[in-house]
Amino acid sequence: MTLKQGIFGMAAGLLVAGSAAMAQEIRFMCYSDGNECEAAGEIIDRFEAENEGVTVVIDKVPYKAILENLPVQLAAGTGPDMAKVTDLGGLSQYYLDLAPHVDTAYWEESFGPILNWYRSGPEDSGVYGLHSQLTITGPYINTTLFEQAGVEVPGEDATWDDWAEAARAVAEATETPFAMAIDRSGHRIAGPAISYGAQLFAEDGTPILVDEGFQTFAQKFVDWNADGTMARDVWGATGGTTYQDAAQEFINGELVFYYSGSWNVQRMDSSIGDAFDWAVVSSPCGPAACSGMPGGAGIVGFKDTEHPEIVAKLIDFLAQKDNYAELAGKSLNIPAHGVVITEGMTYESASPAAGAALNAYASQLPKVSPIAFAYQGYKLNRAMFNISATRITQAIVGELTVEEAMERAKEDLAQALDEAGE
Amino acid sequence: MGSAGRFLTRTRGRGRLHWTDWLTYGYLVLGIFLMFGPVIWLVFSSFKTDAELDRFPPRFLPYAQQTVSLDGYDKPLPLFRVTGGDLEGEVVAQVRRIGLTAQVVRPDAPGEVIKIARGERVPVERVRLATENYRDLFERFDFMRYFWNSTFITLVATAITLLVNSMAAFALSKYQFRGRAVVMALVIGVLMVPQSVVLVPLFMVTREFGMLDSLWGVIIPGAATPTGVFLLRQYMLTIPDEILDAARMDKASEWKIFWRIILPLSAPAIAVLAILSIMWRWNDFLWPLIALSRSENYTLQLALNSFQGEMHTQWSSLLAMTVLTLLPVALVFAFLQKYIATGIASTGGK
Amino acid sequence: MLLRLISPLMNLIDLPMQFLQRRFGITRLAWVFLLPNLLLFGTFAFLPILLNFAYAFTGTDKILLMERSFVGTENFVQLLDCDNYLDPNTCVRDLFWRSVHNTAWFIVLQVGFMVGLSLLTALVLNRKIRARGFFRAVFFFPVLLSPVVVALIWKWVLQRNGILNAGLEAVGLESVVWMLDRHWAFFWSVFLSVWAHMGFYTLILLAGLQAIPRDVYEAAVMDAANPWRTFRRITLPLLMPTMLVVLVLALIKGVQTFDEVYAFSGGGPGSATTLIIQYIYETGFAGAPRLFGPAAAASLLLALLLVVLTGVQLWITRRSSNG
Repeated sequence: MTLKQGIFGMAAGLLVAGSAAMAQEIRFMCYSDGNECEAAGEIIDRFEAENEGVTVVIDKVPYKAILENLPVQLAAGTGPDMAKVTDLGGLSQYYLDLAPHVDTAYWEESFGPILNWYRSGPEDSGVYGLHSQLTITGPYINTTLFEQAGVEVPGEDATWDDWAEAARAVAEATETPFAMAIDRSGHRIAGPAISYGAQLFAEDGTPILVDEGFQTFAQKFVDWNADGTMARDVWGATGGTTYQDAAQEFINGELVFYYSGSWNVQRMDSSIGDAFDWAVVSSPCGPAACSGMPGGAGIVGFKDTEHPEIVAKLIDFLAQKDNYAELAGKSLNIPAHGVVITEGMTYESASPAAGAALNAYASQLPKVSPIAFAYQGYKLNRAMFNISATRITQAIVGELTVEEAMERAKEDLAQALDEAGE
Repeated sequence: MGSAGRFLTRTRGRGRLHWTDWLTYGYLVLGIFLMFGPVIWLVFSSFKTDAELDRFPPRFLPYAQQTVSLDGYDKPLPLFRVTGGDLEGEVVAQVRRIGLTAQVVRPDAPGEVIKIARGERVPVERVRLATENYRDLFERFDFMRYFWNSTFITLVATAITLLVNSMAAFALSKYQFRGRAVVMALVIGVLMVPQSVVLVPLFMVTREFGMLDSLWGVIIPGAATPTGVFLLRQYMLTIPDEILDAARMDKASEWKIFWRIILPLSAPAIAVLAILSIMWRWNDFLWPLIALSRSENYTLQLALNSFQGEMHTQWSSLLAMTVLTLLPVALVFAFLQKYIATGIASTGGK
Repeated sequence: MLLRLISPLMNLIDLPMQFLQRRFGITRLAWVFLLPNLLLFGTFAFLPILLNFAYAFTGTDKILLMERSFVGTENFVQLLDCDNYLDPNTCVRDLFWRSVHNTAWFIVLQVGFMVGLSLLTALVLNRKIRARGFFRAVFFFPVLLSPVVVALIWKWVLQRNGILNAGLEAVGLESVVWMLDRHWAFFWSVFLSVWAHMGFYTLILLAGLQAIPRDVYEAAVMDAANPWRTFRRITLPLLMPTMLVVLVLALIKGVQTFDEVYAFSGGGPGSATTLIIQYIYETGFAGAPRLFGPAAAASLLLALLLVVLTGVQLWITRRSSNG
């Protein structure tokens, strides 16, 4: 009897809760790799205090929901008011233009070219997203192993070959299982490929992905996997579009040189602890550049929202210099805000090593190639990332030769462009 | 109780174990090792810190380095055992480490700093349960709310599933009517298209019914499981038709036959379907993920998976949450599995 | 207690049902029993499948069906465009055909082990053993774990520095990097999915074993038949309706295996453990742009394959139970 009453009571309660949506309720769909949603939440609390009658609810979801379900919900018109997204250009048709509601001069001045990542094309001049989590790829090295091996750490202008040689020497001298590793992701190898001369886009801006430079790096990478320079377990033990990092190997001191990115600093800091010394060094060079790859996530509002002014106001609030610096500082991200960059970041919650690592990453930004910036802002870049990872892995495990893999990659890209109507 | 079992287990040599018994227990021990061992390991791992989970090779029990608080130092210092040099065998507290040397002190003489080589020390560790993994869960989100949502969805959906599936199975097993084969083919046919593929069309259909973002939108669409119909129907086929005929002679209505005779006789299959349905609903992830978007409607599985980011998963929290969500279904299983053994055999049917 | 709660409710339903029974007669009452299930089925299972069918004949990366353009059978043509079906490299959609080959091998191994082991386990658990409830739970527990957790556990065991290699080294054998070898990776994927789902089938068989009347066994004991003969002559034939459920479900779910293998191996090394659903998932849902058309077409080909396989299976079981 009590059970029945309970069920009916609850059902009634649900109905009430469902219909009585508050006058100004903002739904923010958020995912996190660490504490980004919580850090944003603290600032949002202040916003709520300043704006009476506004409640912002953070719906924390798995990343999978952002990547796979949010586009479906947006297409069906049932999306949230705002969200933290990574497919920056891909969702641009749904973004709310903040320009009518905010000081566009401030935004242009603070975030400059990064605003382009959210735009649908070159003609678009709207302001859509706050890049809350700027990341950049680059190498971690185990300096303790370098010291033990007595090998000098290669300098600022060292090439990929220099680093490969040094890392191999260290691994050999210290009996470390792996010399080098790169995360398995098409995004991660974009920087090295660009350094080797990959253009990724034709002169008219159409994506090509594979060219001589790209193929040169692919060949080199496959060879390094074959001769043991690269930890084969990272790319060679998995498949499809799966993301695979080598953080565990690095944390356990089994890896000398680990090409990953700024988002891993927090994890390195807490998991390595006192076991060894590590550092972030500048991106190795190829014949064409010494580029890493920028990336990250941003907070956007959606057109379908019933409260566009409030959503714009909230995002603008988060974008203000002090709030932005607080957000980046608490979540241990490098800032994308011009003034915050020049004033320098202090990471209060981080250890000295982590702070230094983050600043080392930030100092790499000027070296990032324009191609890398364009690649990150291209709306179908996820297709290109996935194709690179899938096909190069097939070459590594020997299912295809490098030439065949490159041919397949071109065909895959053609199909993707065709379906997307490009 | 178990009928086939009773025959097969009759110990042959009066008191001594027959060879089939040895085989049986051998198999069960292997089962514990292979099937249950990993689950136990999972439970222990849920008490590990993230740093410990990153360690190679993985260890069975959760360890943490021991620390000691000494005068003159703000923070507790980590303890090491020295493995070489002058201090060999002693336990020391490390003040700091610079490159290849470590500065340490003896705990009984905190003033005197000694330098040793970093390779000549191993951490002193002891088992420590990282209960903060669990505590954080309750602080971080509205656990009871999600628990209630999951429970509500699971119970209501299972009740609906059992009722509509058993009714359909009864019709498909005990009546001869035109179109029966077609319906049966339809039921099995629906199984052929995997759920993950039709999620988007299903989302659109559910939207048309206005059930998105409500618990009913999770409950209703999956209620008529083809597996359940198939399972129950096959089981009901084994119930002899004579029982029905006898009841009809007594002027029992069809509904009474269904629910007074057929359902009790199908208890084992119903119990199995109840267990399966509870498990499916409790663990369902893909559909709630797309159908529910407000966090006040979230289920435990959604909360659990929100620890998965793009580049990094917080395994310590995710594992703790996994263990917590496992407990209720494990209890339900323990309770319901008894009913699997109460079938026709024990009610003396025929 | 629960029964007492439901009882009045059920009696309440009896009145309208009696009316319907008088109205339509007993045989047509079957449709009344079927109605609720069929309604839910039609709306939430069949309708989406029909929509999926429509997607298969459309193109572009739009999500809403009405925004998509009709492309006829192009999606199917491209999937089926091969010079030699045995060599995926000669196909336009090479990854699809690699996944088809892998899935074929996968079900041959997985369904066999799955049915065999769950039958064995059900028989063992049905014996008069101590702590039977506990042992049932032991074998059922893995079914309760989510795919990511299953994959994580077995990664701990099988990674380069995992438990299994530590064990091998302890007994003086050489360690193996399991996931770098395509054959081992395949074997462990099969193992993992059997491990994760065996309890499901064991449970169904366990219920099926209860339906076998006890007196049949007692007669067999009188005849002093040996256990193997009893199993072949009595248990197996009487278990056939349940076995059919298990065989059909094992085949269908085996072909649809995805989550745990994907979380475990990512379909690798390379594409060695990429199964059809992974291909569909990566093409239509995880990829960008989302190619719903090709994904839906592939899922229909998969369903067609399943219809044929299940048909053969039903035909064989029917024949063998008649003959």
